[in-house]
Amino acid sequence: MSAPILVIDGLSAVSQRDGTPILRRVSLTLHRGETRGLVGESGAGKSTIGKAILHILPSAVRVTAGQILFEDRDLLTMPSAPLRRLIGERIALIPQDPMTALNPGRRIEAQLTDGLRLIRGASARTARARALSLLEEVHIREPERVLRAYPHELSGGMRQRVLIAAAFALEPALIIADEPTTALDVTVQKQILRLLRNMQNAHGTAVLFVTHDLGVVAQVCDSVTLLFGGKVIEEGPVAQVLEAPRHAYARALLDACPRSDHPELGLRPIPAELIARLRREVATP
Amino acid sequence: MTDDLLRADELKIVFDTPRGLFKRKGAGVQALRGVSVRVGRGETIGIVGESGSGKTTLGRALLRLADVSSGRIVFDGRDITGLGERDMRPLRRRMQLIFQDPMASLNPRHTIRRIVTEPMLFHRVAADPADAQRRARAIFERFSLPLACLARFPHELSGGQRQRVGIARAALLAPDFVLADEIVSGLDVSTQAQALNLLKELSRDLGLAMAFISHDLSVVRAVCDRVYVLRQGLVVEEGRCDAVFESPKHPYTRALLDAIPSPRIDPGWLQRDQGD
Amino acid sequence: MVEGALTQRTDVSATRRRWDWIGVCVADPKVAVGGGFILCLCLVALAAPLIAPHDPLEQDIMLGLTPPPGFAGAEPGHWLGTDDLGRDVLSRVLYGSRVALTVAFAASALAAVIGSTLGLAAGWRRGWVDAAISRLVEIWMAFPPVLLSILLVAVVGPGVGSVIAAIAIIDWTRFCRVVRAETMNQASADYVTAARAVGFAPGRILMREIFPNVAPVLIALISLEMGIAVIVEAILSFVGLSVSSDTPTWGGMIAEGRQALHEGWWILAAPLTLLLLTVLAFNLLGEGLRRALDPVMRR
Repeated sequence: MSAPILVIDGLSAVSQRDGTPILRRVSLTLHRGETRGLVGESGAGKSTIGKAILHILPSAVRVTAGQILFEDRDLLTMPSAPLRRLIGERIALIPQDPMTALNPGRRIEAQLTDGLRLIRGASARTARARALSLLEEVHIREPERVLRAYPHELSGGMRQRVLIAAAFALEPALIIADEPTTALDVTVQKQILRLLRNMQNAHGTAVLFVTHDLGVVAQVCDSVTLLFGGKVIEEGPVAQVLEAPRHAYARALLDACPRSDHPELGLRPIPAELIARLRREVATP
Repeated sequence: MTDDLLRADELKIVFDTPRGLFKRKGAGVQALRGVSVRVGRGETIGIVGESGSGKTTLGRALLRLADVSSGRIVFDGRDITGLGERDMRPLRRRMQLIFQDPMASLNPRHTIRRIVTEPMLFHRVAADPADAQRRARAIFERFSLPLACLARFPHELSGGQRQRVGIARAALLAPDFVLADEIVSGLDVSTQAQALNLLKELSRDLGLAMAFISHDLSVVRAVCDRVYVLRQGLVVEEGRCDAVFESPKHPYTRALLDAIPSPRIDPGWLQRDQGD
Repeated sequence: MVEGALTQRTDVSATRRRWDWIGVCVADPKVAVGGGFILCLCLVALAAPLIAPHDPLEQDIMLGLTPPPGFAGAEPGHWLGTDDLGRDVLSRVLYGSRVALTVAFAASALAAVIGSTLGLAAGWRRGWVDAAISRLVEIWMAFPPVLLSILLVAVVGPGVGSVIAAIAIIDWTRFCRVVRAETMNQASADYVTAARAVGFAPGRILMREIFPNVAPVLIALISLEMGIAVIVEAILSFVGLSVSSDTPTWGGMIAEGRQALHEGWWILAAPLTLLLLTVLAFNLLGEGLRRALDPVMRR
């Protein structure tokens, strides 16, 4: 297997306000071209991990221990100028809400070419040509028109395509997709998931896919890390975690999902005593 | 057909584009283009559609919270389409609404106690404040909501608790019909299962009729008897849940069904195209 | 028994919580500092006849332009010196706070009542009511405010009453716009639809569901408006259009001090400092209240 591009080792974080742990010694390894699902319910800490990698943690959260090794460099101890450059060039984010992630006052062209011009120093002409080919790659029908458009003139699905194009603009090694399809309709969601997967296969990019939807994990991810209360509960290849879960919580979570293919399965509430047991388990070091 | 509790015939709704000082009145946006639905007593129907399908507008119209441009709404044998607010008032108790966003649907400046007891006192479901509180406490226990919640404000509760308060507020009025508008879309799967089971139980115990609006077909399949599939203001398919889900007739329904990612691994799913 | 005890306990906590917001407000440093200053100023204004060392109108030509203690030529008993007519500056400043606060409270209350009534109506009823009120506000705001108030006082005649009226008549638009926008914003929230679904009458929804959510913004705005009113009153006094010249006002004192600036800077400094601090305190209070009264922001 190829060398990992991202190794998170013993990452812990606490809330600045009251010291409650948000992440508890989280470790995970991501290889080139791999899609890793990061799942858990709200408060599990899944988004915090993505934010920690990108150095965009809110000021209320403080990392207390651990390493984030990206291409063998520790993002937590790097000086800030080369760090910003490294993140800007090699790691990209696909945000959750395509409605607010684009600046409403700038044309798509300006927003797509920012990185190319600032980091790659591309000329306006080459940046524009690259932006056009990117839009074609994400199957946008009239790329010329879209480049001139403002975000409000595009539908939610179109905006998410633009954001995917922007994420791939600099050929990053790692993309953090933070619930990228939660705000979309199901039919659009499927198109976007497919697009993301195809782009990723073509470019060999690794993706950290933050989601709460086990269905999306099953269809899109190669491997999965399940979190509860900031701690890794179970991890492994998708086939193993979803089809033969070792931990009772993983099984309970699967049973709670509504199933359109098997309505008699699913929608079983997670037993309160299991949650209580997990809370205790997570709290003991 | 006399068994219908609520029936809507050929509903059309046109939203006026705002008319300004210097603008002429525009043609308007057609939200519903002739939709007929019916809900039998004790029956749960699902209204499914994506954004822009008009499902929320339809829900609001059924409860007379949105104005109808043409068509007819009949509740318990009575035409309520043109009823004024004052005449609607006694009927309001009998048709209740549970919202998508429990935070937004609870007044942030009122205590939970006030939020759940005021409607009971208003409709004289409870004889006095003490009676109203007794009923509230009983349902909170049933919903496994801590009684201490009564003295709290909405933002002090968890998302799942707020959603159960929203359900409790509706259930306490002992309605005949409840409209649930995307009530689980913002919840974690575990809380989602809890809220859905609660609703199923309520509808069974109280003989409630329900309309369940959702974009999530798997949720609809789990709780509904019949389903209407809406697209751009029109019903494209309707029928018993098992029939529609087992053998969908309209390509749009097929596309919708196929688009739901199942937690069971299906290697071909992502690249497969269906319908449309 | 158990039942009763439970009811009682939860009721006590509810009553306690109902008044919680006072504690939350006072705990906010901005509210504490700004509100504390305003409270002190109110006490001073009320007690002016008791604590002022001299009659603010008593002239003593022989003691004209004496500086405060610590400067050459100071006269004992005049803590902030005297003006060119030999009147005690401290006593005049203390009495001046009476006019300033009266105008601040009355004018902003009046402006708030007019503005928020119209704003609530426009935001809740929408349609032609909104169109009419909004046009009125737009036209109203096209008049230059200070000019309008000078004109008004000139026509009606000077006096505290006409100053208050002038400020209210100009500044109600500020309340109207903010309250209208906030009412519309709140009216679109689901809790209002929930209230409609219960069947509550429109008036009840407006006053009992929406208004409590608009109130924090309104209260903060009233506080800011008081600061503005103090300044406008000072401007009108400065140009001699406020109360009659034998009542001491800060603006009037600044005007007098300006003429004697080279001989006695202290005549101007005292009312100017107090004016500044008062406006600052009102702004702090408004800012702090806005934050403290927000039920979601405070935790």
